[in-house]
Amino acid sequence: MLYLPFQLSLVLSTLFYFSSCLSSLLGFRSRGLRPGRFDWMVIALGVLAQSWFLMTQGAIEHACPIRTLPEVMIFLSWAIGLFYLVVGTTYRISLMGAFSAPLILALQSIALLLPGAKMPLESPINPWIELHAALSLIAFGAFGLASISAIMFLVQEKQLKSQHPTTIFHYLPPMCLLEAVTLRLLWLGWVLLSISFAAGWLPFHSISGMKFGISLLVWGSYVLTLFLYHKHRVGAHHLAFMAILIFFFALMIFPVMRYISGLYF
Amino acid sequence: MNIFCAGLNHRTASLQIRENFAVKQEEMAELLERLRARDGLSGAVMLSTCNRVELYASSLCPLQTFDGFQTILKERVRSDIPLYYHTTPEAVRHLFRVASGLDSMVLGETEIFGQVKKAYSFSVERGVTTRPLHRLFQHTFRVAKQLRTETQITRGASSIGSVAVQLAEKIFGQLDDCRVMILGAGEVSERTTRSLQSRGVRSLIVSNRHYDKAVTLAAQIGGMALHFDHWEKNIRDVDIIISATGAPHAILTVEKLQPHLRHRRGCPLFIIDLAVPRDVEPSINKMQGVFLYDIDSLQKIASESIDIRRQEIVHCESLIAQHVKEFLLWMRKNPFMPFSCCS
Repeated sequence: MLYLPFQLSLVLSTLFYFSSCLSSLLGFRSRGLRPGRFDWMVIALGVLAQSWFLMTQGAIEHACPIRTLPEVMIFLSWAIGLFYLVVGTTYRISLMGAFSAPLILALQSIALLLPGAKMPLESPINPWIELHAALSLIAFGAFGLASISAIMFLVQEKQLKSQHPTTIFHYLPPMCLLEAVTLRLLWLGWVLLSISFAAGWLPFHSISGMKFGISLLVWGSYVLTLFLYHKHRVGAHHLAFMAILIFFFALMIFPVMRYISGLYF
Repeated sequence: MNIFCAGLNHRTASLQIRENFAVKQEEMAELLERLRARDGLSGAVMLSTCNRVELYASSLCPLQTFDGFQTILKERVRSDIPLYYHTTPEAVRHLFRVASGLDSMVLGETEIFGQVKKAYSFSVERGVTTRPLHRLFQHTFRVAKQLRTETQITRGASSIGSVAVQLAEKIFGQLDDCRVMILGAGEVSERTTRSLQSRGVRSLIVSNRHYDKAVTLAAQIGGMALHFDHWEKNIRDVDIIISATGAPHAILTVEKLQPHLRHRRGCPLFIIDLAVPRDVEPSINKMQGVFLYDIDSLQKIASESIDIRRQEIVHCESLIAQHVKEFLLWMRKNPFMPFSCCS
């Protein structure tokens, strides 16, 4: 279990994300959706509340607060929220908040419901391993938002293919923009993940064969996808599909990775 | 002091009459000065578009000003003018409706907002506005913006050309770098092309069975003519194809398109088939990265947009009614504004 007052800040951030989801849902239903400032603001507040939790937790433990599965989930949802705040503003994709909030809310809710048995802390703390773990999660934050952007791309593509676009078509940005955002986030995530791998190897920390294998599989899947896209072997549709598939596969295996590694995730 | 409006629009006058009354910008300054010279008129804004010529003024004697306006216009055409005339509060309501596109020929069009803004700026620059008019126009812009964001009155596109533009923008984003190929040098394809050009499209190729017609259209729209035997080779280099030939069968099939798609390096292809019978095989829409729209699907989207806009009229009118009340309240609260002498 996570302790008060941290839990309070998490409940608060969950409520912010929930209100973003609710306003989007009601907006869609009433055909009066006004994506933009409200979504951005409540997600920013949610990220702030999460930051407070992570900061306090980190200060108490004198380590990156990712020692339990709930903490990992919170850190990941925080990273996705943070990337949304930057990307949504930079590319003026107001509807991205409406798509990101449900994923962040789901991760956060799972974190609140899961038992949070702490992993034993290494003594002394290895900064390279801390960097490796934190960067991996931030990379997955970028991959998470890339998958959100990919979902938006596929929805817009379906709308255009249907020859009978519905309300959401008007709110979604152009396909080319979503393709560019997905691609850049995949590259960013891949670069961060590669650096995190390097940070993990530097101190010659022992890693289990299985963990290495799974990590390599995820990393390699992204490399392959990006390679095939740049060689024009796959188009934007397949790029989007792969971005979603690999991210959700990685998300599913987080608990397995944590179990295998024994420490961190 | 009273705010009044007088004029004619597409509902009260035919195009033939309207074109006689259209006031050019060079003439407007002189006209406003002449109107101002008349008794009672303190400020005026004149709006002249292809669908309306209207005068918004603050005057102590609206009827006298109206007569003056009518006389000046009569000098231009020497015939009876079907002018309408509104005073406060109807004049205020009318301006709010005009700027919001509720009074436009195409319901909810947004171009009128810019035209009202321009007309107001013109009067401000020449110092022919008054405080009530300033207040009225500032309030008008607020109303139009609110209606645009809080209702669906400007939702979607309402003509085939604008639907094509909207779809193209949802595929490519900016259209500046898009290359367009037009098959068939007819009027429909020309209109659609011009809509795309208005949004930045520059690179155009025109192909037609009769090469001379392709050359003529290419010269008109600033494109390049291409012999009809060569259009297929260009598929790999264009982003949008507008097809409106008189061919009795499909000229673009899956078999013909397939080899070219491999060379397109994943770039989307938007095909607008405006021909009847259709020029493009419908199954092409199933191909990856290809978006096909025929005349029926474009027309359907346009009609749906208009329907959505129509459903919003009641909501818009109620919002406007609230704003009219608000504005009248402001007028009543201002003691420096004497009421009209002859309205």
